[in-house]
Amino acid sequence: MKAAVIQFPGSNCDRDMAVALEKSGADVSVVWHKDAELPKGVDLVAIPGGFSFGDYLRCGAIAANSPICRAVVDHANAGGYVLGICNGFQILTETGLLPGALLRNAGLKYICRTVGLKIETSNSGYTEGYNAGAEIGLPIAHHDGNYFIDDDTVARLTGDDRIAMTYTDNPNGSRADIAGILSENRRVLGMMPHPERAYEDAHGNTDGQRLFAGLLAQLTSA
Amino acid sequence: MKARVHVMLKDGVLDPQGAAVKHALGALGFEGVNGVRQGKVIELDLADDATEAQIGQMCEKLLANMVIESYRIEML
Repeated sequence: MKAAVIQFPGSNCDRDMAVALEKSGADVSVVWHKDAELPKGVDLVAIPGGFSFGDYLRCGAIAANSPICRAVVDHANAGGYVLGICNGFQILTETGLLPGALLRNAGLKYICRTVGLKIETSNSGYTEGYNAGAEIGLPIAHHDGNYFIDDDTVARLTGDDRIAMTYTDNPNGSRADIAGILSENRRVLGMMPHPERAYEDAHGNTDGQRLFAGLLAQLTSA
Repeated sequence: MKARVHVMLKDGVLDPQGAAVKHALGALGFEGVNGVRQGKVIELDLADDATEAQIGQMCEKLLANMVIESYRIEML
């Protein structure tokens, strides 16, 4: 399975993401934001956390309009897998691949701690390693993770089983406690928590490991 | 020519920064502040033949996020 990790100026989880994917068995290349094409035969594009372009204008807004993001949108529209974590989630909403937007945390504070999450669906390559309803803990580290969408879209996402995971104790004001959502074809996932930071024993928590393991299993058998 | 773009959160979108500013004004003793909304002002220095329609496209593609924000263009 071939994965590409996109690197923007200000990305800071790119290496963690690459390590988690490599340890799960993926062949990983790191791709610079000015490249206009993804490496040939890439199955998964991973957009890591960080503060791309210093969060200028809006989180993810400049990155979403970078040359590589046009290739990422084409990859997703052709049925490819795209995983956006934290700043990656913000970038995916700015490209329009996922609905909604991420606002400043309701409490205005940057929050950096492990939070409880409930896996809402196991029906996706990302979450099939978990049981629906399972509760796990993953770290969050963000200032702008307050997921906003209108009521109609909440109802649509719920009805289509596209809410991947919710916070058990909402830390940031997100609508419907949403921590991660899937695209219509269930191949694009955006989430604020960091599974790549809860991957190996040295992290003190390995709850994120099954996300990568499930994804590798799905993409290797495909 | 120059233009000024005002970007504001749409009504109904919670503005926690505006709420914090309102709270701070109250703490300073300013009474009667019923609400505060915080936005952005972006000044553009443009070629002389730029049109308002072009600036509108800039707003919709980049300067504002139409999911949560609205914009107003002021030609200077």
